Amino acid sequence: MIRRQAIVLLALVGLLVATYLWLYKIGALGELQCGTGSCEYVQTSRYAELLGIPVAFYGVAGYAALLGLGLAGLQPRFTADRRVGTLLAALATVGFAFTLYLTAIELFVLHAICRWCVVSAVIMTAIWVLSITQRRRPWSPMP
Amino acid sequence: MKGFYMLLVAVAVIGGGALWYGSQRRAAPPAPSAPLPVAAAEAFHGYTLGSDSAPIEITEYSDFECPFCASFATVQMPVIREQLIATGKLRWRFRDFPLPSHKYSRYAAMAAQCAGEQGKFWEMHDQLFNNHQWAQTGKNPRSLFRDFGRAIGLDLDKYDACMDGQRYAARIEASVQEGEALGVRGTPSFFVNGRPFTGRATSDDFKALVDSLTKKHK
Repeated sequence: MIRRQAIVLLALVGLLVATYLWLYKIGALGELQCGTGSCEYVQTSRYAELLGIPVAFYGVAGYAALLGLGLAGLQPRFTADRRVGTLLAALATVGFAFTLYLTAIELFVLHAICRWCVVSAVIMTAIWVLSITQRRRPWSPMP
Repeated sequence: MKGFYMLLVAVAVIGGGALWYGSQRRAAPPAPSAPLPVAAAEAFHGYTLGSDSAPIEITEYSDFECPFCASFATVQMPVIREQLIATGKLRWRFRDFPLPSHKYSRYAAMAAQCAGEQGKFWEMHDQLFNNHQWAQTGKNPRSLFRDFGRAIGLDLDKYDACMDGQRYAARIEASVQEGEALGVRGTPSFFVNGRPFTGRATSDDFKALVDSLTKKHK
């Protein structure tokens, strides 16, 4: 149970980060608070869009789905349902793979790091690890 | 469990509030000193070399990543500068025409425009063409261009702000659109007093052309 709670909390924080980057991308925010990183450079590069849609929006959608699924998995009738755990793990794996791709673009193509993207990458990695481990553990329903 | 949901709500409220605050700040009018993107409609028609009273003007549509443009800039252009521009016979106008097939040409055009903002367009132009190895490596030239900027004495803070804000993206795009409207398909392309130049792009041919046009003007 504690793992699913952690997934939900992380997904919420990830959703906020992705929303922040998406709002910047659509022009609702003036500038990114990035310190010494290269957020603007990364976010204005051609890799910040995929199939005409801002990459950040994929993050918003992915984290929202993880959040919704995680919250559902906390409900008493689903706590012992392995399908929820499997779906969470599958979704987190897709998100983790996408994160690896984006991080590789930053490191090897753009040679620039966006701190907010790093935050998102850490969150998604943590969610992936938790989703895999929660699936392996047999569920002990709450009393 | 109740405590967990309270924590979730607290994170959502704080995070959502921060986002809302950020978007409201954006809604405020920008400070007068804020560097705004330069609009396409600014009527900028390229940096020029040479006297305003020169009877002949050649406009070059060029791409900083294009090897032919680099060859022209490093082999032919020095002679043209010395024999035609410095003597007052010719004025040279540079227009950006970054080709979509080139990964960093638009970025390089931006670097030149940002240097131009500090009065060093031609210095950056020369750096980009004289050190053209960057165009063959495929590596991100960001730090190399900053080194070029440092070498020609740019204020790098201003340069970075200009580059990060893509301040001249609209200007570069306007140049591309004007070139396309004139029929430019490749680079370098030249127009002599507004007419397309279809001869060989060598200093000898330009010199012969300028000499013949100068005689006609007299």
